[in-house]
Amino acid sequence: MNRFPFSAIVAQDEMKQALLLAAVDPAIGGVMVFGDRGTGKSTAARALAAILPPITAVEGCRFGCAPTDAGTCPDPCTSKKTAKRAVPFVDLPLGATEDRVIGALDLERALRSGEKRFEPGLLAKAHRGFLYIDEINLLEDHLVNLLLDVAASGENLVEREGLSVRHKAKFVLIGSGNPEEGELRPQLLDRFGLSVEVRTPQTLDARVEIMRRCASHERDPAAFGEDWAAADAKIVRRIARGRSRLPTVETPDEVLYDASRLCMACKADGLRGELTVMRAARAQAALEGADTVKRKHVIAVAPMALRHRLRRDVLDETGSTTRIERAVAEVFG
Amino acid sequence: MTTPPASPAAEDAALALRAFALWPAGFGGLWLRGPGPARDALVERLGSTVRLKRMPAHIDSERLHGGIDLAASLAAGRSVLRSGFLEEARGAIVLAPLAERITASLAGSVAQALDHADTAERFGLVLLDDGAEHDEVPPLSLTERVAFACDLGNAAPAGFDATELPAPLASPAEIPVCSAEGLEALAAVSLALGVDSGRALRFAALAAGASARLAGRETVRESDLAAAARLVLAPRATRLPPPPPEDNAEPPPPPPPPQDSDADTPGDEEQEDNGKPDPDQLIEAAAAAIPPGLLEALAAGRTRRGAGSGGGARHLSPLRGRPLAARQGLPRGGARLALIDTLRAAVPWQALRRAEGDALTGLRIMKDDVRVRRFEARSASVTIFAVDASGSAAFTRLAEAKGAVELLLAQAYVKRTEVALVAFRGSEAQLLLPPTRSLTRARRALSELPGGGGTPLAAGLSMVCTLGTGLTRRGYTPLLVLLTDGRGNIALDGGTNRATATEDAMKAGRAIATAGLAGVVIDISPRPRPEAAAIASAMRARYVPLPQASAATLSKVIGALT
Repeated sequence: MNRFPFSAIVAQDEMKQALLLAAVDPAIGGVMVFGDRGTGKSTAARALAAILPPITAVEGCRFGCAPTDAGTCPDPCTSKKTAKRAVPFVDLPLGATEDRVIGALDLERALRSGEKRFEPGLLAKAHRGFLYIDEINLLEDHLVNLLLDVAASGENLVEREGLSVRHKAKFVLIGSGNPEEGELRPQLLDRFGLSVEVRTPQTLDARVEIMRRCASHERDPAAFGEDWAAADAKIVRRIARGRSRLPTVETPDEVLYDASRLCMACKADGLRGELTVMRAARAQAALEGADTVKRKHVIAVAPMALRHRLRRDVLDETGSTTRIERAVAEVFG
Repeated sequence: MTTPPASPAAEDAALALRAFALWPAGFGGLWLRGPGPARDALVERLGSTVRLKRMPAHIDSERLHGGIDLAASLAAGRSVLRSGFLEEARGAIVLAPLAERITASLAGSVAQALDHADTAERFGLVLLDDGAEHDEVPPLSLTERVAFACDLGNAAPAGFDATELPAPLASPAEIPVCSAEGLEALAAVSLALGVDSGRALRFAALAAGASARLAGRETVRESDLAAAARLVLAPRATRLPPPPPEDNAEPPPPPPPPQDSDADTPGDEEQEDNGKPDPDQLIEAAAAAIPPGLLEALAAGRTRRGAGSGGGARHLSPLRGRPLAARQGLPRGGARLALIDTLRAAVPWQALRRAEGDALTGLRIMKDDVRVRRFEARSASVTIFAVDASGSAAFTRLAEAKGAVELLLAQAYVKRTEVALVAFRGSEAQLLLPPTRSLTRARRALSELPGGGGTPLAAGLSMVCTLGTGLTRRGYTPLLVLLTDGRGNIALDGGTNRATATEDAMKAGRAIATAGLAGVVIDISPRPRPEAAAIASAMRARYVPLPQASAATLSKVIGALT
């Protein structure tokens, strides 16, 4: 089990940045990655989950309860012992049924002992970790809805098959898809916090580097991991610093005004844009080790926080990134 | 070492087969197109050394992932677990017949297993693709994850039984690594062909090494790089390299076997000791190996299947279509009761309900157990725009036609329709936009639509006719919208005789009428003339003269007709 190291991914800086922000503050609300296949989307997400320090959970808890939450899950977990487990990374397959995602009646128990017991699904498994959905644009709408609901509320509420269960499910939702194969409905898109566009680098050197690193990784994953361990450790430290700093980062009023003016200039629909810009800017400041949010943080996160919220104008050929850059130039000069 | 197989295509297929056998988990698999006996021979050869497992295209998710076997559990009175197909397939080679029919959801699960972090847990995948049309291909998520693609067409078996399969390597480190120049050359090929996937890059480098290893060498030579470019990069090409070879724009739909793939391939043997590989030559070799019809397939919707199974080309229907898993709900609003699923949902609860309650005998079925059937039906309508982009009067109208297509597309997801765009100008017609609801693609296709040249009306009409009948076969209802001034001046054979051109156009128009395709002809010449009306009557389509059409009025007219 040797994952490709996070820092060994060539280029794709914006995607890596968005993932780091989401890792610092999961409340940002998920990352949507647009791009072709084979651009390192899932590699990056998996790699990030793999380098994060293990979480502490109540021993044997099927819902991954943190020790402070012990006993709050439907089981409920009673063990006094705790155990370390790796940060969960759940890869939701396209064909997953509702049962598998939200959980269902434990058939085995029901058959054997006539006992009504809840069998946790993928959402419970992803608690305190990452939920990755490839080709989210091909997923059935009702599932996407459900996932976004749970991601936003941090709680999975099951009311079906005579079961009435609720349990915590806090995770970073990462969706990916290629807009050329069908689009996600704008209402659903809007509920993602950040969105980034990825493309394989178009320069010769970068491509050679990709091939070289893949080959080294394949030949000797362990040695390749060692080579990048220091760089990965640095990223882990940055995330840890960001997380501990986040609650104390101050947000001055003028930055709030900046964010609002920017959203107005972009004609971003709804209030989510402003909120996400603020959250992401705070996370960005925390990640950089700053004490207060500054305008540069807002500018740094604006494209990924707003790109997918711009109203689509069929006759305007300009890409959304350009429109945001234009708005930034307009508002901040 | 091996008896030389008959054709270069078969030779490449044999090489791909041997490279794949070296490290099945690393290469992911093979995509074998064409239902001929050559393919069967190849599969049989593979089966003689490794364990093959067949995966039917209709396998359900329970069988795929395993779990509790309900029937056996009930009979035995204890829970009986059944292993899943994906689990059983570990370390084997999975054969996927009818790969072009694999659904996106099955492909998703299989793709996930192919991506497993631990290569020992993975399996090799052989996609047996019987697709006849360009756009009938296996899901992209699978073709992306298998290294090699070979089109064997209907070729006769060609010495595959004599192909010597190497034993799997103990460690991937035994595969030689490309030199820096070699990697650079492969990167240059990938850029020139517009191959943008990191996986393709990885496969290409690996394939070059495998080719060297199979030849018993420790260093990767130019011939190995050329083989990698042919086998891995060429089938993934999305564009032709900058100086386009002239023999590549033939549009016959059925893909013939790539016979001329070696014609321009630099002779491998002579160049082996040149030292530094020449990227230009590699690009040329790879371009020559691009399967004929591939680029047309791209134009005709590389992503057709993805798009088809995606955001809205399909919709749920309570009454007809492909059956889907039953869902909880009451049988009303046209939905029908799914009896078996209802019973299945109720059965596990019987012990509990009996313990809880009343003295009734028999099954206790509650409202929560009730399941209804669901089906997936193809969406109903596709509007095909055929735009006259010739140099005549239509030229000034091109912008308006573009605008109208975009306006309609914007409404597409409300009205559940799709839009396709055919343009004809110069000497031929072109399918610029296969049926789609993707704004991104539509906008790009439209912005690239050039104007000027002659009016090959006949070619345009016959392409629309082919497209329309194809769509009807697949369960769509096409509506043709022809924007022209009706003055065709290029005949089907490319001649400029106006009389022949008109005759051909009328013939094509009558073919459309015979096929029973509904349509409307919009006359966009500044002064309406009889020609366009004549075409309309040949097509048995409505004729709308629209001398002052703007994008908005056009879309209103079409909207009123649909």
